[in-house]
Amino acid sequence: MRITTTVNGTQHEVDDVWAGESLLYVLRERMGLPGSKNACEQGECGSCTVYLDGEPVCACLVAAGQAIGREVTTVEGLATEGELHPVQQAFVEAGAVQCGFCTPGLLVAAHDLIERVPDPSDLEIREALAGNLCRCTGYEKILDAVRLAASRQAQA
Amino acid sequence: MSTDVGTRTTTTPAGRIGDSALRPDGTLKVTGEFAYASDLWHDDMVWGVTLRSPHPHARIRGIDITEALTVPGVTAVLTADDVPGENAVGLEHADQPVLASEFVRYEGEPVALVAADHPETARRAAARIRVDYEVLPAVTDPLRAMDEDAPPVHRPGNLVRHLQLRRGDPSVTAPVVVSLDFEVGMQDQAFLGPESGLAVPAEDGGVDLYVATQWLHVDQRQMCLALGMPSEKVRLHLAGVGGAFGGREDLSVHVHACLLALRTGRPVKMSYGREESFFGHVHRHPAWLTYEFGAERDGTLVYARARTVLDGGAYASSTAAVVGNAGTLGLGPYRIPNVAVDAYGVFTNNPPCGAMRGFGCVQAAFAHEALMDELADVVGVDRIAIRQLNGMREGDRNITGQVIDSAAPVAELLQIVSDLPLPAEREDEPDLRSLPGAVGNTTHGEGVVRGIGYAVTYKNVGFSEGFDDYSTARVRLEMTGGEAVATVHTAAAEVGQGLITVEQQICRTELGVERVVVHPKNTAVGSGGSTSASRQTYVTGGAVKAACEAVRAVVLERAALSLGREVAGLRLDGEKIVGGSGEVLAGLADVLGEDAVEETVEYRHRPTHAIDPETGQGDAHVQFAFSAHRAVVDVDVELGLVKVVALDTAQDVGKAINPDAVVGQIHGGSAQGMGLALMEEVVVTDGHVRNPSFTDYLIPTILDMPPMQVKVLEYADPHAPYGVRGVGEPPTISSGPAVAAAVRAACGRALRRVPIRPEHITGT
Amino acid sequence: MDFLQPTSWADALAARAERPDAVAIAGGTDVMVDLNFDRRRPGALLDLGRVTGLREWAVEDGAGGVGGGSTVRLGAGVPYARIIDDLGAQLPGLAMAARTVGSPQIRNRGTVGGNLGSASPAGDAHPPLLAAGAVIEVESAARGTRRIPATEFFTGVKRNALAGDELIAAVLVPVAAGPQQYCKVGTRNAMVIAVSAFACALHPDRKAVGTGIGSAAPTPRRAPEAEEFLAGELESAGLWESRGELPDGLARAFGERVAAAASPIDDVRGSAAYRRHSLSVMARRAATWAWAQYRNDPRKAA
Repeated sequence: MRITTTVNGTQHEVDDVWAGESLLYVLRERMGLPGSKNACEQGECGSCTVYLDGEPVCACLVAAGQAIGREVTTVEGLATEGELHPVQQAFVEAGAVQCGFCTPGLLVAAHDLIERVPDPSDLEIREALAGNLCRCTGYEKILDAVRLAASRQAQA
Repeated sequence: MSTDVGTRTTTTPAGRIGDSALRPDGTLKVTGEFAYASDLWHDDMVWGVTLRSPHPHARIRGIDITEALTVPGVTAVLTADDVPGENAVGLEHADQPVLASEFVRYEGEPVALVAADHPETARRAAARIRVDYEVLPAVTDPLRAMDEDAPPVHRPGNLVRHLQLRRGDPSVTAPVVVSLDFEVGMQDQAFLGPESGLAVPAEDGGVDLYVATQWLHVDQRQMCLALGMPSEKVRLHLAGVGGAFGGREDLSVHVHACLLALRTGRPVKMSYGREESFFGHVHRHPAWLTYEFGAERDGTLVYARARTVLDGGAYASSTAAVVGNAGTLGLGPYRIPNVAVDAYGVFTNNPPCGAMRGFGCVQAAFAHEALMDELADVVGVDRIAIRQLNGMREGDRNITGQVIDSAAPVAELLQIVSDLPLPAEREDEPDLRSLPGAVGNTTHGEGVVRGIGYAVTYKNVGFSEGFDDYSTARVRLEMTGGEAVATVHTAAAEVGQGLITVEQQICRTELGVERVVVHPKNTAVGSGGSTSASRQTYVTGGAVKAACEAVRAVVLERAALSLGREVAGLRLDGEKIVGGSGEVLAGLADVLGEDAVEETVEYRHRPTHAIDPETGQGDAHVQFAFSAHRAVVDVDVELGLVKVVALDTAQDVGKAINPDAVVGQIHGGSAQGMGLALMEEVVVTDGHVRNPSFTDYLIPTILDMPPMQVKVLEYADPHAPYGVRGVGEPPTISSGPAVAAAVRAACGRALRRVPIRPEHITGT
Repeated sequence: MDFLQPTSWADALAARAERPDAVAIAGGTDVMVDLNFDRRRPGALLDLGRVTGLREWAVEDGAGGVGGGSTVRLGAGVPYARIIDDLGAQLPGLAMAARTVGSPQIRNRGTVGGNLGSASPAGDAHPPLLAAGAVIEVESAARGTRRIPATEFFTGVKRNALAGDELIAAVLVPVAAGPQQYCKVGTRNAMVIAVSAFACALHPDRKAVGTGIGSAAPTPRRAPEAEEFLAGELESAGLWESRGELPDGLARAFGERVAAAASPIDDVRGSAAYRRHSLSVMARRAATWAWAQYRNDPRKAA
């Protein structure tokens, strides 16, 4: 099966895709975009969160064929022209990254939250990020990072 | 920034010890460019998969790979017969086959390997391997496994270790006696990055393995034996590690990927899915603990007796060392004159258990802290006060007779957490998300009772009981493009905790340079020891410091020679040679010229000693780290659901090399302890894991974790580099018992098992 | 494995009929887990994601629902996120349940149609559909459309009344005529499969009570005796009209009857006894909250 998908603004075309492959596998193993992570492959951890036509989804639960002709944005597409997005910058500065395996998915989820809710309350942050498991940080510094990014975004 | 020659140098670059320097890999990790083990890719690579036993115990009568080999796209199918060296690996005892040959001893034990051009091809081929099993009775009850007549999982028997500890008068009596039985379920490390590696066959007949691990050299040692190759030909490189927590101390894909690579002559990638990951690494030992305290009427401890059984599962892994901790540290940070402890580790046909953050202390702390609360209640003393009354102090001897020769601030830590502000009372119309059950909409406040619990712990730092625990560091200093650059090379694994940041900070501090390159971690330098036991900042940090000192000595000798001065008065700072009163005497560039100064140093902490086999007495440990937690929970006592409202902690870290990273470790460690108290359990029935997925093995989400107040004390350990004290593990030990105590306080039930399930709280 | 991607409903029905070995996939939140975990290797995937009509919903007057009021025709492919955003007023029980489904990422993909297709006893959408008296509209190329009441849709553990050549087109859910509640117990505070779940709906328009039980029987099911008991007690005390306080013990007695309607099992997520107990508590609380809403609702008389 041939998959043609726009990822981070660039059209990717890959061939010989097995129909049972997920969008996550295609991104990671066929398109050279391993930023989205393979932590659970059952939609429980959020590490593979990407935008699919503007909505955050778990790439592991999207069949490759379902992404044909769609627009995908991954963590690799958040920075523009070599400059980190405020959410990325905040994660670095706030110490929200330890092992970092959850980070790509959290960044997409947090990016989406701040786009929709410019000044989220702590409970809104927690509900919005409840599908992104982190095993290292206990989430405290992730909350710090999202608050920081939201406040910077609001000032920008 | 530094000023010019002739004035006092005032170099204050960020990123020295004591600063919260940012991670050097942070930007790569937020852009998705950081290469984790599962991200690796190589031209012409094939995929390896593992066929695993469906049975907890069986004899393998035969394996037929014929059909699997016929699957188009398959490049290799391997069984035990294809292991060229010893078909046995293991951290402490090589008792686990690389691939099972005669017996399988646990569900999920590797039996065969397949390499193919696509993971699905490999999976389908693996499904066509015919293994003829004769299913055997499985020993799955660890208490039964200890019986004389229990079928042995291994010869000669099922006892991995019995630690016997006797101190004082074992027959002493006391006016107040309290006792309990406690049970701790099997916890999983649940690191997010599943086991992965890429093995690349080399032209010299050897192999390069890029893998996520906690200790490259201990992997290499085992791999060399299994592959029948010398260490020059088995080269390991640390790939990006997505968390570890003890679960990467034992081998996973290592030998398997190399076997396939050497057989096919092609690079082989292996990457477990989450389900396989549950079978691909050891777990925290489940434990059965029987504890008794005898005390004076004022609560002063007279004696303690403990019997602990740890289920080691099918292979030894690090069970013996975990028993060591559960025994020698199993009564907590208390002064107890008379002690009798028996700790056992046993073989069963359950999943192998081994290292996880807290290493034997976690299980024990649930028991001794629950019992301490009970004692407090029985004698009518406040739960904080009774711990302060009995808490260790510097200079005390612990239960193995070892003198605690640096700070032991048990009473102070407890005071700090009990003095921290309490969270606000629940609002009249609370947001669902702040209640037990959250948007599950199970309560609007009905049945919700608040409880508060406390716990305190201490944990050994570094390897104990006479282990030769050391780390190697190579530091190089040179001028590159007019700038001084230090390169630090260790094999010590960065698993997310921030060791590479610490390595940089130490180099900056010791060498006075800003730019520090962290060399990729590999086996081209000597062992860095294990990234476990909260030891890397201490031991590898010590090695880096020592290597920097050696480099600095060489540089200053050269400078002294050219300046005609004594070495003693010289310092290295801000790329300058500085005299005793701060005057700049020369630039580093002038001294180094085109040369690089490079030194490699092995650093050892003070030796530890084996304990006496009869009495368990001895100086088993090198350092102790203390922490205390206070948990505040809201429990829906009718439904048994829990919302942790606050989880506050105080910990002595000796010296915070990177304060933000220290706090990050404490946050994360606390979350894992809380997880064990409330939700995390690998459920095993008759040797079968019933929940190998993140759907049913639950770890805390951001809606489960409360805000945390963290207070860090810095009482330097005079024996440790910079005074550091290990940080990573204590929070995991004291947080869980504090949460459990808070739940008990809210619901009034004894709750002698963790994780506490809703039905335990409701009694239904 | 083939990948079938019809872009029209007619093509989807034709593909369904032609390929009995195909598994229909919508949001993928169940099917892809089975594929990723190597639990299932169908001959084909039948992707319904390009059939745009499935992603639409509309309010239809007087159609279908019990009692002849308005009905929401919810396309099988409407994701949970849109139910939460768009239908909280019309279908409050379903919207509350939708909010408990997985994570935001899952709610952006998962659909009620998919939930019904999987027919898990733990499916979050099922209890509120049962309580509301929903009807599932299914269709085949050969026999056209038929409507199956939710109460008859679930036939066994992960089995439903769908014939091999049928697809789920829509769910017809009566617009709420009164308060609805949904409660779900899990062992953590987000991202859980229900250990047990309960939905109730007050139908003051016909003086009836609806219920739905999840994760406590081989299939989602109603608690008919509890429904009749509560409705009857309300009726005999004239409470539908008076909107007076619930008599002491009524909610508790209702809860006990709900629990009695369950036939739960012990499994890794919870014990049978706890499931039964938690149902009684949830049902008691849900009835109490729903009744308080009814008493405070100024909009309409019974």
